[in-house]
Amino acid sequence: MKFLGHVTVTLKRGVFDPQGVTVKNALHNLSFSETEAVRTGKYFEVVMESANPAEAEKRLNEMCDRLLVNPVIECYRCHVEPAEEMESAT
Amino acid sequence: MKFAVVVFPGSNCDHDCYHVLSEVLGVDTVYLWHKEQDVGEIDCIILPGGFSYGDYLRAGAIARFSPVMQAVRDFACKGGLVVGICNGFQILTESGLLPGVLLPNRGGRFICQDVYLRVENTDTPFTSLFSPGEVVKIPIAHQQGNYYASSGAMEKINNENRVLFRYCGPEGETGVRTNPNGSMDDVAGIISEKRNVLGLMPHPERASEGMLGSVDGKRVFQSVAKWLEEQKHGNK
Repeated sequence: MKFLGHVTVTLKRGVFDPQGVTVKNALHNLSFSETEAVRTGKYFEVVMESANPAEAEKRLNEMCDRLLVNPVIECYRCHVEPAEEMESAT
Repeated sequence: MKFAVVVFPGSNCDHDCYHVLSEVLGVDTVYLWHKEQDVGEIDCIILPGGFSYGDYLRAGAIARFSPVMQAVRDFACKGGLVVGICNGFQILTESGLLPGVLLPNRGGRFICQDVYLRVENTDTPFTSLFSPGEVVKIPIAHQQGNYYASSGAMEKINNENRVLFRYCGPEGETGVRTNPNGSMDDVAGIISEKRNVLGLMPHPERASEGMLGSVDGKRVFQSVAKWLEEQKHGNK
């Protein structure tokens, strides 16, 4: 079965994010004065072949732990969904 | 005595390191391609600066899984000397051979300039030719050199006297003004627990010939050569 995994990686709280601060300042300059904070991050889509959703999710977590995320500074959340819909859409 | 300079796709200080070792120091030096699985008869491995694998994902994150890094890891575990410069330092932290991580510079910009460094510990294979507290001038050139470690890890590094170089001013003073990139505790270079792996953001290979403005960096390589020589003759 084909699955589509979604991974969002962000810096842990307390780790300074200069890009986020720069974007926040730019938003202020554009008069979005309500902006209190911006944190930047990374997003991955992983198309994968797996026996079932549980297995796909387990493998996706392993990918995060081994390569996609540096646990010293980053945290992540991820989930998988069947990928058939995406295939028919393309 | 033989040095090896690892070449990753995207390394761009490999030739500089090779030049300084083979021409300026006159020691036997070879290149080590990233696909090599065996380092061979080598006494010291240099991971040079550059943008290995385009710095994709995170600086050093992909290089860490290249075949040669497994060999470098084995070499380091047996006590072999490893020096990671700039991107090499980033690869060493991603590999877990050194603690912590190099974050983007606090100012968000690439910084290329001479900096002053205070030599904190000279009782190591990499700094024996410096004097304690000496201030040296070596250039940096990086976008991600802002050293960060968990507070527990940083405390351990400090307690074990494993910071070899700290950013400072010309008189050795440290603080926000003399810290170019936001590095925790002004860290510019640290060594591993076993004291055989050095990672540093400044480029000693760019400060090894008088015509380039400073020869302070040369002593890092000379210290290693001296240490290897002494090992060979059983003086240590």
